[in-house]
Amino acid sequence: MINVRIFVTYKESVFDPQGETITEAIHSLGHSDVKQVHVGKFFDVQVDSSKENVEKTISEISEQLLVNFNLETYHYEIMEEA
Amino acid sequence: MIATEMSPQEIKSKKPYLEWGLSEKEYNYICEKLLKRLPNYTETGLFAVMWSEHCSYKKSKPVLREFPSKNERVLQGPGEGAGIVDIGDGQAVVFKAESHNHPSAVEPYEGAATGVGGIIRDIFSMGARPIAALDSLHFGEINQARTKYLINEVVAGIGGYGNCMGIPTVGGEMTFDECYTGNPLVNAMCVGLMEQKDMQVGRAKGIGNAVMYVGAKTGRDGIHGATFASADFSDEKETQRSAVQVGDPFMEKLLMEACLELTNKHADWLVGIQDMGAAGLASSSCEMASKAESGLELTLDNVPQREPKMSAYEIMLSESQERMLLCIRAGFEEDVEKLFENYGLEAVVIGRVVEGHQYLLKHKDRVVADIPVSSLTDDVLEEESQEKVPLRILQTRENQNWIPQINDVGETLRKMLQQPTIASKKMFTQTYDSQVRTNTVVGPGSDAAVLRIRGTKKALAMTTDGNGRFVYLDPKIGGKMAVLEAAANLIASGALPLALTDCLNYGDPNDPEIYWELHQSVLGMAAACRALNTPVISGNVSLYNENNGEAIYPTPMVGMVGLVKELKYAVPSFVQQQGDLVFIVGNTEEDFAGSELQKMITGEIKGNLNDVDVAQMSSRMMKLLSAMKKGLVKSAHDLSEGGLAIALAETTFGTKCGLDIKTHLNGEELFSETPGRFVVTVAPESQKLFLDEIQDEEVTYVGTVTNNKKLTVAYENGQFDLDLKKAEGLWEEAIPCLMKSKD
Amino acid sequence: MKIAVVVFPGSNCDVDLYEALHTVCRADVEYVSHKQKSLAGFDAVMLPGGFSYGDYLRSGAIARFSNIMPAIIEFANEGKLVFGTCNGFQILTEAGLLPGALKQNNSLKFICKTVELEVVNNQTPFTSLYEANEHIKLPIAHADGSYYAEKDVLEKLEENGQIVFRYAGENPNGSLNNIAGITNEKGNVLGMMPHPERAVEALLGNEDGLRLFRSLLANGKKTEEAAR
Repeated sequence: MINVRIFVTYKESVFDPQGETITEAIHSLGHSDVKQVHVGKFFDVQVDSSKENVEKTISEISEQLLVNFNLETYHYEIMEEA
Repeated sequence: MIATEMSPQEIKSKKPYLEWGLSEKEYNYICEKLLKRLPNYTETGLFAVMWSEHCSYKKSKPVLREFPSKNERVLQGPGEGAGIVDIGDGQAVVFKAESHNHPSAVEPYEGAATGVGGIIRDIFSMGARPIAALDSLHFGEINQARTKYLINEVVAGIGGYGNCMGIPTVGGEMTFDECYTGNPLVNAMCVGLMEQKDMQVGRAKGIGNAVMYVGAKTGRDGIHGATFASADFSDEKETQRSAVQVGDPFMEKLLMEACLELTNKHADWLVGIQDMGAAGLASSSCEMASKAESGLELTLDNVPQREPKMSAYEIMLSESQERMLLCIRAGFEEDVEKLFENYGLEAVVIGRVVEGHQYLLKHKDRVVADIPVSSLTDDVLEEESQEKVPLRILQTRENQNWIPQINDVGETLRKMLQQPTIASKKMFTQTYDSQVRTNTVVGPGSDAAVLRIRGTKKALAMTTDGNGRFVYLDPKIGGKMAVLEAAANLIASGALPLALTDCLNYGDPNDPEIYWELHQSVLGMAAACRALNTPVISGNVSLYNENNGEAIYPTPMVGMVGLVKELKYAVPSFVQQQGDLVFIVGNTEEDFAGSELQKMITGEIKGNLNDVDVAQMSSRMMKLLSAMKKGLVKSAHDLSEGGLAIALAETTFGTKCGLDIKTHLNGEELFSETPGRFVVTVAPESQKLFLDEIQDEEVTYVGTVTNNKKLTVAYENGQFDLDLKKAEGLWEEAIPCLMKSKD
Repeated sequence: MKIAVVVFPGSNCDVDLYEALHTVCRADVEYVSHKQKSLAGFDAVMLPGGFSYGDYLRSGAIARFSNIMPAIIEFANEGKLVFGTCNGFQILTEAGLLPGALKQNNSLKFICKTVELEVVNNQTPFTSLYEANEHIKLPIAHADGSYYAEKDVLEKLEENGQIVFRYAGENPNGSLNNIAGITNEKGNVLGMMPHPERAVEALLGNEDGLRLFRSLLANGKKTEEAAR
């Protein structure tokens, strides 16, 4: 079993109102050193497959389902081999 | 996870039941009188939840008996998922309100969302399609970050659940007072529509019939939610505040559609159906058995579980959301499974109706509970409560009432329009889908919401009202006023009030002063119910609304539904046309105690209320309604917070009209809150017929509708002009402005 | 002309579309379950608003994988009329039948209110009964209605006249170019965030959506007659 974490975020050019709002809230807490926040999501996926095949699976599920390429982009980390 | 459960002996000596809300007296009574043995761990847990106030009403029952609950139209009164009222043509309206105050104080989004989810299940469990949701929300003043957070999250939770379900949130109320800061009130109401032939009850009868579980899987969420709802808050107990469940409105939408298909198309398969609400599987199953005087045997291993290694205790007491319990005629189990499978849902047989009256639970080949059903539902020790008139009321009785003095009436009106309780709530209500299913004729922001009934000329009007300030000053009079105010909202819309549901929100009933408030206000409400012929058909009681020992205002919320026989006679609350005549129905007295004006000027709520004549008010309302049914009234608006001045301004908002008013009242009286009054507009040609119909000495002509956006009022000792466009701006911007301000 | 209203798990404006067509327009309309695989016999298909699959992952993202979807795609490719409102629009973009995507509203909140729209293109089968550049009012009710597409896509939409509705007053959600509704290049697939089906009866205070359904029915009829 391989644990993979897939991160999905807005592409850089896409306006992120949640990130914007959170940045404002952080500033109101007094942390003016925080310049920008981008919100994204991650998926923890357990794959029962070999290391060679896992990358193919991950890119397929990301591209077919988890990511909307009109808005979003993704990367992933292979966390550990269980 | 409970690896090793305490033995019956250990329970007796270590007394964990005290934590669960069961008193020593109750425990001993169970051991000595009911079981004549020591209950085991699961059994003790069952008693604790079933005997909690939330499930048993042991404290409030003697008081609740004061309410009338029947009349010629009531098809189902209190005791089932929701009450049902006949509306003619073989149709019925179903409704109920429920509080979710404690969960919302802890986790406001999920607390409010699951409150909405629960009340929706109550409605469709009766075989009715939910057609509308309403709410009644009371928060602290909008002056601290925590309150703003609570408001935003509660509103988002209500919208999040209702919008996804596709049930329009059509109305409600929202008020702000210091006393709700640590303990906001979140009351949700749902209204459903059904064919009378589809009526269902929560009953498990017929030996051999199956008990089936449908919907979401059971997890460890919300264990002891019912007892949690029956204990007050204090900051030290922060760690115990973990009993909040998470809602899944998508699951509930599927569950609702599946259950409606079952109740409406396959009634022959079904014996009974009930929501798994507070105290989950425990309360739903034993209530279903108790109502049918049946015995029940359940195998808990068959209950669909979301988490591993759950104990019997946890399975029975879990308050996981979006679950229903069915009693299915033997032989139709597979049909039911298939029906639910078609919606992607699991339906599982978890037990059978058995001979006798025992409640027998098995888990992992062990009997984990074997007790009489009635011991859980009927043998609860009703608690006698002490009552005492609160000192503040005794003291106030001696004092003169506060009489305001206003220098600049126009400026006072502008300020009043910006008081949060009066100001526009649009910034919140527009986050609710109020139109889905396209039946909403009048949505949020009016006296009452109005929904047409497709395929008929009829419509239903509905409202929620609760004014804790008046009840705080005089529970009995305040109780009458709460019911009258709801009725007035329906009347103003052209609807005949049918019946009501309530949420009784009070502090700790063990405090004799608070119990007195509860008792007196119920007496007042009951008197008004009888005068209006609007029985109480459902509702709930929420006690222990306290934060660090400070109780909220006693706040009975009234949710009322009315019938508009012909939609063409529904009356808008906004003025319609230049030249129409303006009348005030109902005399104005010096009623400033508990008024918005008093709160704004003095910062407190104080004084004695004048009693209200419920019979006279009821007869006035019926006369107004009969004028409406003859098409003689162009618009009507009920006078409430802020009195006549506010009502006049409100009736023009959103229109192109203004008003030219001349009244014998003085400047202060323009803000008096004498109950049971209306501002109505009448076409000049209808004037005579209208006055003949009303035949009330308490109808005063005060002016005309104009086509300039100006409110001109000449009163006894002066006059003012209000630019209505600017006034509407102030009224709309007040709350967004407070919510944005940084503190 | 026979119209399909597709019902996904979590659709909740399906009844509204059905009633607008059936009760108000007296059209021949039928519900079609997401489980079905064929749209044989239908001349137009409508995707209703709601929260298909709870809007989990992204609005419309999971509905795209339902059984009926290949049939809808084939139907669109044959040039037949496909209409999606609100969640229906989101599904059409997720399925690639319309370009771009719908993001969370800039306010981060669900908004239900009536907005002013400009009918930018009245040369579509869905809008032929509106005047060119006419201003109408329709309700919106969504949390994810902010239209987004990359610059080149937006330019192409503008050039081809694929923008059918634009927010004319305030922009309620942050949509780029004030876009409220677009068609595909061929013009036979329309997606829009506002709800015309909620504005078909004077009783409910607004009839501005009625002509959209009447346009579609009139054009469908013409096509049928031409085929004969």
